[in-house]
Amino acid sequence: MATKLTARRKRRISPTSESRPVQWLLIGIAFLFMGVMLLLPLYAVFHEAFLKGIGAFFTGLAHKDAQAAIRLTLLVAAIAVPLNVIFGVAASWAIAKFEFKGKAFLITLIDLPFSVSPVISGLVYVLLFGAGSFLGPFLKSYGIEVLFALPGIVLATIFVTFPFVARELIPLMQDQGTGDEEAALSLGANGWQTFWRVTLPNIKWGLLYGVLLCNARAMGEFGAVAVVSGKIRGQTTTMPLQVEMLYNEYNGTAAFALASLLAMLALVTLVLKTALEWRFGQEIAAGANH
Amino acid sequence: MEVRVQNVRKEFDRFPALHDVSLDIRSGELIALLGPSGSGKTTLLRLIAGLEMPTQGKIFFGDTDASEKTVQERNIGFVFQHYALFRHMTILENISFGLKVRPRSTRPPAHEIRRRAMELLDLVQLSGLEKRYPNQLSGGQRQRVALARALAIEPAVLLLDEPFGALDAQVRRELRKWLREIHDRTGHTTVFVTHDQEEALELSDRLCVMSQGKIEQVGTPDTVYDHPTSPFVFGFIGESSELPVTIENNELWVGGRAIGIPAGDASPGNARLFFRPHDVELIEAEASLAGVVSTSRRVGGTRRVELEIGGAGHLVEVDLPFDHPAGDKTRLAFRPRRWKLFPAT
Amino acid sequence: MSASVSSVARRLGRFRRPSVIPGFGLTLGFTLTYFSLIILIPLIALAVRSAGLGPEGFWKAATDPRVLGALRVSFVSALFAAAVNVVFGTLIAWVLVRYRFPGRRIFDAIIDLPFALPTAVAGIALTAIYAPNGAIGALFAPLGWRIAYTPAGIIIAMIFIGLPFVVRTIQPILEEVSHEVEEASATLGASRLQTVTRVILPSLMPAILTGFALAFARAVGEYGSVIFIAGNIPFVSEIAPLLIVIRLEETNYAGAAAIASVMLIISFLLLFAINLIQAWSRRRYGYGN
Repeated sequence: MATKLTARRKRRISPTSESRPVQWLLIGIAFLFMGVMLLLPLYAVFHEAFLKGIGAFFTGLAHKDAQAAIRLTLLVAAIAVPLNVIFGVAASWAIAKFEFKGKAFLITLIDLPFSVSPVISGLVYVLLFGAGSFLGPFLKSYGIEVLFALPGIVLATIFVTFPFVARELIPLMQDQGTGDEEAALSLGANGWQTFWRVTLPNIKWGLLYGVLLCNARAMGEFGAVAVVSGKIRGQTTTMPLQVEMLYNEYNGTAAFALASLLAMLALVTLVLKTALEWRFGQEIAAGANH
Repeated sequence: MEVRVQNVRKEFDRFPALHDVSLDIRSGELIALLGPSGSGKTTLLRLIAGLEMPTQGKIFFGDTDASEKTVQERNIGFVFQHYALFRHMTILENISFGLKVRPRSTRPPAHEIRRRAMELLDLVQLSGLEKRYPNQLSGGQRQRVALARALAIEPAVLLLDEPFGALDAQVRRELRKWLREIHDRTGHTTVFVTHDQEEALELSDRLCVMSQGKIEQVGTPDTVYDHPTSPFVFGFIGESSELPVTIENNELWVGGRAIGIPAGDASPGNARLFFRPHDVELIEAEASLAGVVSTSRRVGGTRRVELEIGGAGHLVEVDLPFDHPAGDKTRLAFRPRRWKLFPAT
Repeated sequence: MSASVSSVARRLGRFRRPSVIPGFGLTLGFTLTYFSLIILIPLIALAVRSAGLGPEGFWKAATDPRVLGALRVSFVSALFAAAVNVVFGTLIAWVLVRYRFPGRRIFDAIIDLPFALPTAVAGIALTAIYAPNGAIGALFAPLGWRIAYTPAGIIIAMIFIGLPFVVRTIQPILEEVSHEVEEASATLGASRLQTVTRVILPSLMPAILTGFALAFARAVGEYGSVIFIAGNIPFVSEIAPLLIVIRLEETNYAGAAAIASVMLIISFLLLFAINLIQAWSRRRYGYGN
């Protein structure tokens, strides 16, 4: 009887899987790790934001400096993201539709900003435009401020979000090859028509995916922007910088209120990103994930 | 080792893949499981291996009930269609793997493992490649490594799942001959799955023809080819032509004409006549099968013609000498030398 | 415009394969110009500033005890964090690929949270949790263990931001491991544990190493999520990127540039190592990622 039972138990286990208890143990560990490492911080943001009630939450958001920070963040993203989209489309067109020497090297170069510390991404602009540089004083004599002003913040943001759109589109367009474009051209379409009517519809979901990730990083960037902004209250503080200032002034509720907006942005990004992956997985060519 | 499959039934998510299958495999024989895809041949092989467990029934290795054992305990050698080599291990490491993972009490010493692996490498004619990685070998070489790896554990039974299915025709034929040689030298009880009848006929001691989760016929290649016991087997093994006939007065009739073939002990009524296209003789007798040539093409050393028999438009194939003058619309009369009658369905 | 583009294209004829598709000169030209303006010229400015120190000055700035201390804190913490991430990241990738359980797809989506959540937000949230009065910090405070404002806090933050790199590198490779290989291992008598440790994990090794290197590289350069929880005590919990910021605030631009150069050189070496791992594994085993 006992041997029958053990035999029957063995039967239910496929030779290429673990026993149920082991499976549940591993799943349990994974959930625990994710819960503590990922979900708890997310929960903490909202918990702290509403700690002193919903009134304090909205008071924090309604402050004029907070409003200015939100406006600045939106403005910076509105400039940086489209520029990187244009770059991403141009770069992936050149790389995916043509064969030329040094292509692999160019792809590596595009990924370069990912391996540069955000602080260094800001620092390079300080060195380029700051005191003691050649360009800074030159531009200043024409009344153009780069550092501690909008242009510097935009440049630093572009630097850190530089690869997002391109690295999403390159593998996608390489996968799609050049057949569709050649067909359109042979039917008499010109280059622009081919791009707008053939290429763009093919890559639109992948492009949207790249824009989503690019935008999330652009609005949330901290280190690079912190170095170039000068942190002039109400003028050059983006949302993450405003969060830091409030936090360092022991104004926790206001800091977390603003942080909760950024966390919402992250959640919306994740939801849209996941929806795109489920719905258009093929047309996004996932795997190029960052 | 003798293997007995006893009344085995296997369902996947309530969908039956095998219905009540029984098969006795003799010790030391090379038996082929042959059938179209979906016939359950691979499922049967995996059940013998222990990679699947039967829903009902038992499998015996000798006198021990193997269905109570896990795949690890059964000590079988399994060769996969796509080799399934460990790509991060060298060829030598691949072959030694089964010995190295044994518990210390039954594991041979390291130098012995190495000696045996080298010996097997020699057996499969790949000496000198022991330090290569699977990625650096051709398909045929990889499959030889897979066989050596399976033989290393001195398996009770050797099981091969479409072992030549991923290889091109030339390599296939070479490896077929070579597998037969290895089998004759090592004498392992061997079961292999194939959908290629030529491969099964050439290689095996016995064939087990399967269709739709059932065994249709088991026998030597000669028996199965010459005496198929079902229309399916007749049609699946070798070339065949089929014609509906009527049995009356102990004779076969087609379109109201007797064709000169005795009915034997078949009961009167409708029946199906099967014969091989190459196994016919042309005759001018009145009692024959007569038809008009509808297509004719040269196939190697013979000419294959398609004849339209009677008014009902039944088509049968017949082989003629390649220089036979038959052309379109030529009238031909013939009679099969050997035939088989099956009741009409 | 189109004439000049096509003449450029003709001159480029020898270095690219001919194609009927237009726009090569335009798009590649724009790509290179944009890349130069945004990335290349600023990086050159960094190199020029560092070189301006002269070899001796550079060496002095780079080997200043406080700089070495900060580099040590950054690299050692990143090493610990990447090691933890390799263990749990592999486990999570395994669970996500191999098992079916309720909430799996949501779990899968949440793995990317550290990519999406702004680092400053992560930083203050982690600090709130691990501070002595926080949800987890309070559990350890009675034992006399402090996490926030110590090197342990740095490692926690680095684990947070590095996790998705490991999971997302291993996941696709694990999905490709063929079922048959595991069956082959079982038929050869290997127990499940032996199959996992001797067959599956070794074949994941290139992906695991790559994931480790990516998580490590990211953690070394991380700033926003670390500075809040770190305590920022020189020689103990002051990370290298923070020291760059401090040097900048002191308007010691050359000093900042020197630290940045050292960090960049190390990151590029890491990047190079990742490429080597992948090329090596592709050549030898016929796969990589």
